[in-house]
Amino acid sequence: MANQYSIHAESVIKHFGTTKALDGVSLKADYGKVTGLLGPNGSGKTTLIKIMSSLLEPTQGKVLIDGIDVHRHPNQVRNIIGLAGQYAAVDDYLTGRETLEMVGRLYHMPKKEIKKRSNELLQQLGLEDAADRQTKTYSGGMRRRLDLGASLVSTPKVLFLDEPTTGLDPRTRLQLWSIIQDLVTKGVSILLTTQYLEEADALADKMYVLNHGKVIAKGTSGSLKSSLGVDIIEVIVKQNQLILAQKSLTQKLNKTITIDELTRRLQIKTKNGSDDILLVAQILHDIKIKPEELSLHRPSLDDVFMSLTAERNHNA
Amino acid sequence: MLNKSVNAISDTYVLAKRNVKRNFRVPQLLIFSSAQPIIFLLLFNFVFGGAVAGTSEEKYIFFLLPGIMAQIALFGSIQTGVGLAEDLNKGVIDRLRSLPITRSAVLAGRTFADSARNVFVIALITIVGIILGFRIEQGYAKFFAAMLLVLLFAYSFSWVSANIGMWLKDSETVQVAGFLWVFPLVFASSVFVPVATMPSWLQGFAQNQPVTQVVNAVRYLAVGGVPNGQHYIYATILWSLGIIAVFAPLAIRMYRKIQ
Repeated sequence: MANQYSIHAESVIKHFGTTKALDGVSLKADYGKVTGLLGPNGSGKTTLIKIMSSLLEPTQGKVLIDGIDVHRHPNQVRNIIGLAGQYAAVDDYLTGRETLEMVGRLYHMPKKEIKKRSNELLQQLGLEDAADRQTKTYSGGMRRRLDLGASLVSTPKVLFLDEPTTGLDPRTRLQLWSIIQDLVTKGVSILLTTQYLEEADALADKMYVLNHGKVIAKGTSGSLKSSLGVDIIEVIVKQNQLILAQKSLTQKLNKTITIDELTRRLQIKTKNGSDDILLVAQILHDIKIKPEELSLHRPSLDDVFMSLTAERNHNA
Repeated sequence: MLNKSVNAISDTYVLAKRNVKRNFRVPQLLIFSSAQPIIFLLLFNFVFGGAVAGTSEEKYIFFLLPGIMAQIALFGSIQTGVGLAEDLNKGVIDRLRSLPITRSAVLAGRTFADSARNVFVIALITIVGIILGFRIEQGYAKFFAAMLLVLLFAYSFSWVSANIGMWLKDSETVQVAGFLWVFPLVFASSVFVPVATMPSWLQGFAQNQPVTQVVNAVRYLAVGGVPNGQHYIYATILWSLGIIAVFAPLAIRMYRKIQ
């Protein structure tokens, strides 16, 4: 069977002196998908990315990229990966075009292809107008885009993005997201670290949550959220309808309904929010109550993250 | 194999070009790295010139200029470490290490680019020296050979500095630390004054350390009047190759193990 995973890390351990930066991390990333790597500062995200992208050797464990062992054949791996780091690693005094062409030459691509590819990328990343200006005149967002461009020159199979949008304004962040989504549709496998949970939520198909060098949770955004337990349905009605609404909903749903008189709010906890919210709407309609607000909350990824890392920290 | 060597040369060339571009597009660095030896040349020539040369007919500038060239070599080599530390901190080294390039290319590119800067600074200091009364007395061929020796010597110390840069990892610290190891080598040598004028406990070190070899070799080739001058040429070449043989592999090893 061909290799199933774009990235396959097995029990990776990394010690720096006496600190255990990674304590047995295993990770499987699918082809053509975005895999998110989440975790607080110092959880080992960057160390793991450095090991997977051949910059660091693990103390123990093995990483395969597209089936190739990173530490046996680093240069083979380097030919098929791209890396965009935490800071935009572009030279101030080179122009955007020179930056991309230099990287192309370091991949030993033919000159013609380098020219063509650089033009293509400058256009895709919206840097055409600034292509021949030194990058010291670029804004933060432009530098990130150029840095991302540099990691794309050789059209990598696997792309590592280490906090690609940290410190960017919301609009530029959205711009980068759409570039990343575009890459995925072209078949690039991406591993993304981020501190922004909404970013992982928007981009990643599968995520790993890292804390103190260990994977403490993994799964899709949805499965992580439902692992926390329940959805919450909230209804806001007029003061004089509260009791009636509570009575009817309790009867028909056979669930405990809590009331907050002050905010005129009814709360229903359920494992099956999307079905139950329809029922609630129907029940209210039948007793002729028009809710002022009717909403379904899933716990946010932040809730999941906080509860996971809090548990861990508590145990430690 | 052939392909590998072609790639190694091409990688080194591409990265050297990057660093040379920096030198010329951020002219402050070039201006100050040239201004420093010029100021040393002027200060030492006019402040110490009388005291050192005494009443003798011989002008101090003939003694001093070859010394200043060795000083350029050493001071300039500090920049190799500073530049590498900067690249490390900016994440440029991480980016380069993620590319399928020859391991030695990043360091070789840096050291060659620094040699290119040295060519410029040495040409400039020669012109200033000539304005102050220096003359090429042994013919252009020997003078040219002397310059090649200085460049080789500077190149070898770039590798020492590369180790320090990767070890200390912070460009300002590298800069300050540079003076710590460069000053004793420059001053306890024949750069500014004859070794014979130093206390006897210092003479042994001053006479045999590498800086004195290159200074004396340049004096022999450019000015003449150095007894046993051939010896200093060989000593310079041996020191330089020896330093490269030790510090280049160390630097490359350190580069591979960067964390």
